[in-house]
Amino acid sequence: MRGGYMKKKGTKLALLFGAVPFIMLVLALPLVNRIEPVILGLPFLLFWILTWVMLTPPILFAAYLCEKRFNKTKEGESE
Amino acid sequence: MNVALVIIFATIGISAGVGIFAGRRVKMNLENWTVAGRQFGLILIWLLMAGEIYTTFTFLGASGWAYSKGAPAFYILIYGALAYTLSFFILPALWRVGKRHGLHTQPDYFVKRYDSRSLGVFVALVGVFSIIPYLQLQLAGLGFIVEVASDGAIPSNTAIIIAFVLTCVFVYTSGLRGAAWVAIIKDVMMLVAVGVVGIGVPIIYFGSPGKMFEAVMAKMPEHLIFPGSTPNMDVGWVMSTVLLTGLGFYMWPHVFGSAFSAKSDKIIKRNAIIMPFYQIPILLIFFVGLTAFLVIPELKNGDMAFLELVNRTYPPWFMGFVGAAGAVTAMVPSAILVLFASTLLAKNVYQAAFRPHAKEETVLRLSRIMVLVITAFALVFAIFFPNELVNLLILGYDGVCQFFPGVVLGLFWKRVTKEGVFTGLVIGLAIVAFLILTGRDPFLGMNAGFVGLIGNGFFTMVVSLTTKPKRLDIV
Repeated sequence: MRGGYMKKKGTKLALLFGAVPFIMLVLALPLVNRIEPVILGLPFLLFWILTWVMLTPPILFAAYLCEKRFNKTKEGESE
Repeated sequence: MNVALVIIFATIGISAGVGIFAGRRVKMNLENWTVAGRQFGLILIWLLMAGEIYTTFTFLGASGWAYSKGAPAFYILIYGALAYTLSFFILPALWRVGKRHGLHTQPDYFVKRYDSRSLGVFVALVGVFSIIPYLQLQLAGLGFIVEVASDGAIPSNTAIIIAFVLTCVFVYTSGLRGAAWVAIIKDVMMLVAVGVVGIGVPIIYFGSPGKMFEAVMAKMPEHLIFPGSTPNMDVGWVMSTVLLTGLGFYMWPHVFGSAFSAKSDKIIKRNAIIMPFYQIPILLIFFVGLTAFLVIPELKNGDMAFLELVNRTYPPWFMGFVGAAGAVTAMVPSAILVLFASTLLAKNVYQAAFRPHAKEETVLRLSRIMVLVITAFALVFAIFFPNELVNLLILGYDGVCQFFPGVVLGLFWKRVTKEGVFTGLVIGLAIVAFLILTGRDPFLGMNAGFVGLIGNGFFTMVVSLTTKPKRLDIV
């Protein structure tokens, strides 16, 4: 496990997916700090935050599938 | 007959009963008591983790922040999603280390990974020091909610004593299992309360949540973007705060320890995927705070927003239901906090420092005695010095976040050493204490804990690279 963790293809892809919430919910904040356009009745800032919070489960699920598919060792590799 | 009173006492009583019942037929040893024998499946882990996240602060604080500060409250919605994303990558690896070496607590991990008992004792002391004010906040919130909800029929101190003593009874008998079972009651009640109020009040007063937002935008549009109605919580503050709280969330000793209670690493991973759905109630709590912002703008204390609005809108029995939900919402995290504070003191401070060869039964017995000690201590503080410790909470939160480099680098970086972790930790804590105690938080527009974490990470790596690593076989 040790050392090899970062080198597996599935893990790399999974980490890419994992970076998405951080980009959208942290780095992008200065760009979305606005009220207009109002979408579904929500001011844009809140709409943006809510959207990416709700997209986090599908994003993590995609990461999960990547690990499963590309990493040779089975995921439940506990004793 | 005060209906609210009956509902509140019945809920507290039933919860305690369920908590005690949860430990029946389980042969108690340290493993069963602290990490429930590593038996929890997806549902119990989810409930347990949610039980830790949804505290009285979420109830009162999130609505209070939306009410008095506005947009900066949104950080609460964000950091959870970041914390769960991180947990997807970190917790399964941590769980495997925990399983392989039979770890129960966060300091156990530091001792094993860095082969240093003194580092373990240090981490345990910082952990306990951070947990106590957090526990204090739960008790204060509990007393406050019950007193207001029962319209003064149950004074705050009475509520605190009854609910907390019962909590400690089920922690004593059932350990972590008790907390997880009571979390079921708590979750259902809290979701009902938040759902009814969060969807209800915008509709009752404005016709729909959308119309409520229109009214806020008409009244004060800047309330809905950073920095909201605050002078210093601008985008930079939000970004650094969500990063810090997101990274730090699983560094709380009780949250960290509960991760070991999962049945497998796979369960932990799948749990991380579904956790963000639990953020939806927070949105509803914001609705309540913002509605209160329009309907009752004259409140002096923003934390009253939720309860005051419920009081004006719903019949007394529903107020009792909210009070009961608030009481259990405090009981579950309190239980877990007491459990881990006790184990840290008994196992990671007392045993590690004075009796390295104590038997496991001795440690369990001592942990249970510590439950009583901490209960007594917390009650005395809650009743006689209610405000002293709450001020330390920020210090505690920013403090546990400083464990992050030691935990994560320990899992994924061969070169990290105990000297590096020790140095980084001390420097991080020193920065945090200095900035907060001298009133420099936020510092240059950034959260003080985040500044500490940068210094901490930097020194952890630099010192690690100049010292010799050992124990590479652990992870």
